Amino acid sequence: MTHLIPLIVALPLLSGLVLIASGKTLGEPIAGWIATAAVGLSFVVTLMVFFHGFSDTGEATTSHVLDWINVGTFHANLDFSVDQLSITMCLFVTGISTLIHLYSIGYMHGEKYFRKFFIYLNLFVASMLILVLGSNLLMTFLGWEGVGVCSYWLVSYYFDKDAAASAGKKAFIYNRLADVGFLLGTFLLWSQLHTITYSEMHFSDLSSLVATMALLSFVFAASGKSAQIPLFNWLPDAMEGPTPVSALIHAATMVTAGVYLLCRLHGLVHMSATGQWVICGVGLATAFVAATIATSQFDIKKGLAFSTVSQIGYMVLAVGTGDYVAAMFLMVAHAFFKALLFLGSGSVIHALDGEQRLSRMGGLRKVLPWTYGTFMLGWLAIVGVPPFAGFWAKGSVLDAVFGKSPWLWGLGLFTALLTAYYMSRLFYLTFTGAARFDQPGPNGEPAISHPHESPWTMRLPLVILAICSVFGGLLGLPFVHSFGLETFLEPVFGSDLVVPTSSVTQQIVLSTADAIVAFLGLGLAFVLWRGRAERPALTPRFFEQVWFWDNFYDALLGRPATKLAEYAALTDALVIDGAVDGTALAVKSVSTKLRLVHNGQVRSYGLGIVAGLVALLAYFLVVVA
Amino acid sequence: MHTFPYLSLLVIVPLVGAIAAALLAKTAPAAGRTIALAASGVELALVVAMIIQFKTIGAFQFTSQHAWASDLSIQWNVGVDGISLFLVAMTALVIPIVLLGAQVAERGAVFAAWLLLLEAAAVAAFVSLDLMLFFIAFEVTLVPSYFLIARYGHERRNYAAVKFFVMTFLGSAFLLVGILVLAFIHQGQTGQLTFALEELRHTTLSDGTGIWLSLAFLAAFAVKAPLFPFHTWSPTTYREAPAGGSMVLSAVLAKLGTYGILRFNLTLFPHASKTLAPLVLTLATIGILYGAIVASAQKDMKRLVAYSSLAQVGFIVLGTFAMSQQSLTGAVTMMVNHGIITAAFFMLIGWIGQRRGGWDTTMLRGLQRPAPVLAAVFTVVMLASIGLPGLNGFVGEFLVLLGTFATHRWWGVVATFGVLVAAIYLLWNYQQVFHGDADEENEKTPDLTIRERLVVAPLIVLIVVLGVYPKFMLDRIEPSVAKVVSSVVHSSPAPASHVIIPSSTRLGGDR
Repeated sequence: MTHLIPLIVALPLLSGLVLIASGKTLGEPIAGWIATAAVGLSFVVTLMVFFHGFSDTGEATTSHVLDWINVGTFHANLDFSVDQLSITMCLFVTGISTLIHLYSIGYMHGEKYFRKFFIYLNLFVASMLILVLGSNLLMTFLGWEGVGVCSYWLVSYYFDKDAAASAGKKAFIYNRLADVGFLLGTFLLWSQLHTITYSEMHFSDLSSLVATMALLSFVFAASGKSAQIPLFNWLPDAMEGPTPVSALIHAATMVTAGVYLLCRLHGLVHMSATGQWVICGVGLATAFVAATIATSQFDIKKGLAFSTVSQIGYMVLAVGTGDYVAAMFLMVAHAFFKALLFLGSGSVIHALDGEQRLSRMGGLRKVLPWTYGTFMLGWLAIVGVPPFAGFWAKGSVLDAVFGKSPWLWGLGLFTALLTAYYMSRLFYLTFTGAARFDQPGPNGEPAISHPHESPWTMRLPLVILAICSVFGGLLGLPFVHSFGLETFLEPVFGSDLVVPTSSVTQQIVLSTADAIVAFLGLGLAFVLWRGRAERPALTPRFFEQVWFWDNFYDALLGRPATKLAEYAALTDALVIDGAVDGTALAVKSVSTKLRLVHNGQVRSYGLGIVAGLVALLAYFLVVVA
Repeated sequence: MHTFPYLSLLVIVPLVGAIAAALLAKTAPAAGRTIALAASGVELALVVAMIIQFKTIGAFQFTSQHAWASDLSIQWNVGVDGISLFLVAMTALVIPIVLLGAQVAERGAVFAAWLLLLEAAAVAAFVSLDLMLFFIAFEVTLVPSYFLIARYGHERRNYAAVKFFVMTFLGSAFLLVGILVLAFIHQGQTGQLTFALEELRHTTLSDGTGIWLSLAFLAAFAVKAPLFPFHTWSPTTYREAPAGGSMVLSAVLAKLGTYGILRFNLTLFPHASKTLAPLVLTLATIGILYGAIVASAQKDMKRLVAYSSLAQVGFIVLGTFAMSQQSLTGAVTMMVNHGIITAAFFMLIGWIGQRRGGWDTTMLRGLQRPAPVLAAVFTVVMLASIGLPGLNGFVGEFLVLLGTFATHRWWGVVATFGVLVAAIYLLWNYQQVFHGDADEENEKTPDLTIRERLVVAPLIVLIVVLGVYPKFMLDRIEPSVAKVVSSVVHSSPAPASHVIIPSSTRLGGDR
């Protein structure tokens, strides 16, 4: 079944190319159906590979497609490798992608660039699959950049809106900065290990300093793609893209690529204790900071975006503790419930003719019953109410953190409280209380009359994702070892995997704490926000404005860089070129006196060549001889 | 060996085409242009045939030697290896595309004649294995370049043409002196005057002499490439030259500089090159960042691409002087790929200028809505230039940085940041020109015509194919690069006693 592996990538890629080639002959809705079918088939192929197509020893099953870049001792081929880690990624990527493609057929109805949207979406899925299936660092980078470009296209999908165009550019540039880390890490590993193929890299050959340097490079790379401190603040801007894009790329799949990369490089992570603490620090700081910001957002998508940043922070934190399985568990569970929440918000926005402000929602419970019901399940899942998926997934991360350091665990638990609070606030403001959409908006926007529930193409994905959000916890129930992610993924990570060695009592205590915190946050928000749309004291500007992070970067880097560029351009014109022109002028003033020799025609320069040649030859005859 | 004289024909065919086009220019300009086009087509076909027969070995192939100016010991001595093969191919590809993509003002037979003369000279320079033959070809390229700029250029074309001519010509003076001194030293050691590369590379040079000669060669190539800080002709020239002129200047002629460094500096002065490496690597790295930073402040798209080229050439020179197998192979790959990308850029900007009467970002906005195909094509070229993996620009850039990191780590680290700045200025430029809400004037911009799509298609196809399957190129480049690398690695300074300073020199015996 090895030959099936490339098909996983090829199907969405081909579909994208067919849609490009079709020109205007394939429009709405057929283009959407083709794209959806291709990704759906890719999911089916992934299932086939999952059941029959790869070795269960943890050794990767590799399929060679094409020689790519081979020079001297450097080798990087277009090879796809399947092991438990990559097939886990593939399953949820293709599965959720299929649902979101289907959803998009309804959501993008009537859009001018309907076909183009599905081209981008297909190419995105293909790139994401290359990223996870690549057998070497350069293949991962190929996918890594591919998803980056597709994200750029999709964020600036409404390119005639300046905000969308700028957001796409910002996302690309932040990621490009992170790429410097990816490249330097790759160079360093290759110069030390002479290979960049995952199965051939023996990280134990590295000195701990080199391992730390390489690991920090990749952590920096991951902080871009996965929107972590210091490069997290492109993600909220990316919400300018259509909502299915936010669900697919900026919640479920692409933004988890950094976490995947670090899991893939578990051997390297294992080699550097310093690096592990840095990873823990980055993850926890991001989880906390983003959670505080999420408490004060007034745009439903921005709120979800910061929630995503915060949740990925937990995943990174788990990687830092060495419990990669917990990271993967939260990644999969999060993919279910966050995709659900985003698609639900899309359904709301769809119903309200594009309105995204929480201040103009409320009371949608009765109007959008399907959206309300499914969104509620997603909300309970992310809040961490037992027995939904989020409870188990976040619980396993916090267990691992407790094993590393109770202090970190304390902050992690507090962040969980914030999570429960801000998500509940968002939920109440959207669905409960009195309707605010049927009144004119604060800036004189007309009242929205008769919001309507979405078509079945949008409702079906909501229902399926809701089911997954409820039962996703089955992937990682504690005390169950016969099935689940830990048993499945264990061969990949081997002895690098750090599993918390907590006693049964301890686990029960920790889980109880998680549950209490979830209910506490939920209740707090209920008291404070049910029936209230505004509480300025609880939404400080510092949080609303993202801790003034953008302003800080702008003052520290953006404006100085712009000035630098302007000065450099001026210097180039005046100083460097000025020196050239100045010399020329000096020569000219001398040569005006010798003008009789020159007739100002270019052909006289030809004569000059000959004359110069003769003069030089004469010089050598005289001086050298 | 091969009996079919590919290389001589590759010089003769465009030369004949040029002469025919020039002769017909007055009486039958259309026929002249057609003949020129046909000649460039034949040239391309010949190159394709040659590539098919090319063996993946390091040695020079299709060599041919004829006595030429034997009084001066100059020989018609040509051959092609993996380093020059694809540069010749890129030249042969770009010329017909320039002819076909030319704007109305550039469709005359005279324009075509200059272009073909330039092609003949450039190809001759790339395949020349005799230093004096190279020098002559290198100099001859100046004449058609000058006229292409001065006759068909924009407002400040005369200033630009003279500046281009004078700066490159000054550099060449050093090259000529360098070639002569080297030949005389060689003559002093062997008693035989020759300009053959294969002979001269065995000249024994003291440390000091080697460095001075190396610098003399470098002077010419650094201006031509251009390498920071010898670049100031290029923004003006690329800005003022007609679209076709900018295409050839940046794609082909600039490569004479980078090619010269690789072929002559590294082959003739391996030890001196090692000594000079820190200096040149530093200049290259500055060029990468400086070019990119200055590009960020440009409002004129052609100047932007000129500064972007400065950065790209910086990568090429960086890879050359990092002297590892990967970095050198990357440098050669990048010469070819940069040629393709920059030719596409200048052609597209030319087309924008033709539609909108200018290419200043201040007057362009929202072109993606009225001209989606133009926008899509521009996007592909832009992404290739940024160095997106899967497109051709990535392959060379990555290999250069990888190889540099391995041998000269800190230069590699600093240069890697160049990939970030490239994204900044290109995306910002794209946003200004193609994104946003088009005003009434911009809204009327027509999309690419069928003809234009067909003309640009080969470049786009190559950008993708060479990005996904660079193997064909890399396999052919690598053996030749390996030869250069091993000669540099094994080079050592001549012991002082072995250096023979010529005490007497006769000029070719019978002058």
